[in-house]
Amino acid sequence: MNITRRQTLALSIGAAAFAVAGLRTGAANAAQEDVDKLIAEFTGGKAPEAGKIALNAPEIAENGNTVPVTVTVESAMAGDDVAESVMIIASGNPTPAVATFHFTEMSGEASATSRIRLAKTQDVVALAKMKNGAVYMDKKQVKVTIGGCGG
Amino acid sequence: MADSKPRVKVPETAAAGEVIVIKTLISHVMESGQRKDKDGNIIPRKIINKFTCEFNGKPVFSCDIAPAVSANPYFEFKAKVAESGTFKFAWVDDDGTIYADEKQITVK
Repeated sequence: MNITRRQTLALSIGAAAFAVAGLRTGAANAAQEDVDKLIAEFTGGKAPEAGKIALNAPEIAENGNTVPVTVTVESAMAGDDVAESVMIIASGNPTPAVATFHFTEMSGEASATSRIRLAKTQDVVALAKMKNGAVYMDKKQVKVTIGGCGG
Repeated sequence: MADSKPRVKVPETAAAGEVIVIKTLISHVMESGQRKDKDGNIIPRKIINKFTCEFNGKPVFSCDIAPAVSANPYFEFKAKVAESGTFKFAWVDDDGTIYADEKQITVK
């Protein structure tokens, strides 16, 4: 079989592209496992419901090094209706854990703002755990132009 | 690191039962442990891993921090004040150092 130079080139590009795609999916799966594990640890296996929690983050973050995020949980912060903790997860980071906020009745309102690092465009997840055991979740995609975790 | 200077903003006065906003910032590199130096060696992780705030000895807000929090970590949160007193803030470094600050508030 005669393989021309042009064919060789096309073949090798195809092979390289395939290899890169394979690596990408591999890495993404590992991260997804980490995210699922973190969520399971936080919720204790309970399925999170939608609502009550609001995650506020920019749609497009030019600089992934400082992305402002605000999380607010609807809660009276008295009696049983207390948001005890809120976990923020960056699903596309090398280590998905970001921060866990702990509120008390002294907080008055379960709301906090911080600045986080995002390695690439990804979903940011916020989970809230209430005193009565309920778990709520919100998710937001943030597009990142410059990654924030360094090379 | 000696240059980790905390800065905290708390209103000086408040009405009883008012929910106030507290803003905190501390200068810190928050080295993630992911970066490499010129020679390809990993720069060891050095971050603030915990932040706490208490009012008159009772916990108000705390936070467990992973390397994904930006350099010079900033936290803004709320507190309900019923009486005059002192807010105490503490940041815990990976190396065990604790940076602390406190602020007074007067309830009218």
